[in-house]
Amino acid sequence: MIGVIDYGAGNLNSVLKALTYLKLPARLVTSPKEAATVEKLIIPGVGSFGAALDELRKRNLYQTIDGWIKANRPLLGICLGFQLLFQRSEETPAELGFSLFQGVCQKIRANKVPHMGWNQVKVLQPDPLFSGLPSAEYFYFVHSYAVYKTDGSVLGLTHYGSQFVSVIKSGRIYGLQFHPEKSGSAGLKLLQNWGTKC
Amino acid sequence: MLTVRIIPCLDVDEGYVVKGVKFKNLTVAGDPVELARKYFQDGADELTFLDVGASVKSRKTMVEVVRKISEKIFIPLTAGGGLRSLEDIRELLLAGADKVALCTAAVENPHLIQEASRVFGSQCIVLSIDAARTNSGWHAFIRGGQQDSGLEAVEWAVQAEALGAGEILLNSIDRDGTGQGYDLELLQAVGARVKIPVIASGGAGNLEQIYQAIVAGRADAVLLASTLHYGQMTIPEIKRYLKSKGVPVR
Repeated sequence: MIGVIDYGAGNLNSVLKALTYLKLPARLVTSPKEAATVEKLIIPGVGSFGAALDELRKRNLYQTIDGWIKANRPLLGICLGFQLLFQRSEETPAELGFSLFQGVCQKIRANKVPHMGWNQVKVLQPDPLFSGLPSAEYFYFVHSYAVYKTDGSVLGLTHYGSQFVSVIKSGRIYGLQFHPEKSGSAGLKLLQNWGTKC
Repeated sequence: MLTVRIIPCLDVDEGYVVKGVKFKNLTVAGDPVELARKYFQDGADELTFLDVGASVKSRKTMVEVVRKISEKIFIPLTAGGGLRSLEDIRELLLAGADKVALCTAAVENPHLIQEASRVFGSQCIVLSIDAARTNSGWHAFIRGGQQDSGLEAVEWAVQAEALGAGEILLNSIDRDGTGQGYDLELLQAVGARVKIPVIASGGAGNLEQIYQAIVAGRADAVLLASTLHYGQMTIPEIKRYLKSKGVPVR
């Protein structure tokens, strides 16, 4: 069973809808008790860095996710969920993220912000996550902050203004800056890979 | 490289896709769920649904249309038309929309842009500007293009960005459904003043005009309605053409 973390923002249902479409058993997770019923976790991407951490703390899910990450259990962070895996974000400088990876999310350095639309992910090494997908596939992005520098093991890079980290991995924990649940067939394939192979 | 987005627009009235000319003389052009599926298969980069019925019943139907489509089609969906409050926005986002388009309500209450972007995030708040040329430049019109708000369209775009809008959907009423090409001067005027993406809308009649909206008009995306609904051109044709001209497409 896959659990999708619910922190009370707008369109988190889209990840759940995509998993349902793929016939992968999934449920929303709103409390530590519900988290105990799932084997894999997804932190979807909605809202701002600080607001998301506030909501997670309110629902007592901060400790759950922190423990999950420290135990290297299967987890997928999407967009903001990816950014939360880093130390900090310029969006809310006072807040500390889960700090699995070193690095700071910085305001995107390009003429147009947010970076919104379909862009290519250059996959740096073979991984089951990208099984059956070309190494420069297009995925849907929408974000105003990006990670340009990290010590973490970068799996994918994308260029917008300059090059930023679009996929990162540590053990069984993955982070994606783009939205697989909004990336058509390629995104569904990636979610299926994660659900069944990662 | 970030690609230019091709976005089919479905104007929906009581559950049916309709299309007119200069916002008038609407005719029925198909079933929204079927059209959405066809455009998705053709390679649409996003889909936009605008409720032009503006009745309570029409809006409920719209929520259902969004719900159905979001269970089967996994690309970004924008919904709009007649949204007045945070609750209206929440209802559509929960039904499966990724973004909402605000027009009249934002003009009458600019604070709504600020509130909505704070609660749901800027990325999902699209400001839709229905612009028409007047004696004193472009004005933003409201109520389905029927009423001049008196707001200068370019200044309104700048103000909306400051309030937290994440994207501008720029419709030219003068060109809507005419096939005479996008209003390039309008696109340039707005594009030069905002940093958020601008979607060109109104007037597409041939491939070259779409190319011009991107190259001369500097549009980040193009919205297409009648020309796709009536089969005058297809999304694969558009993408092939743009690619041959060196425009990045998916």
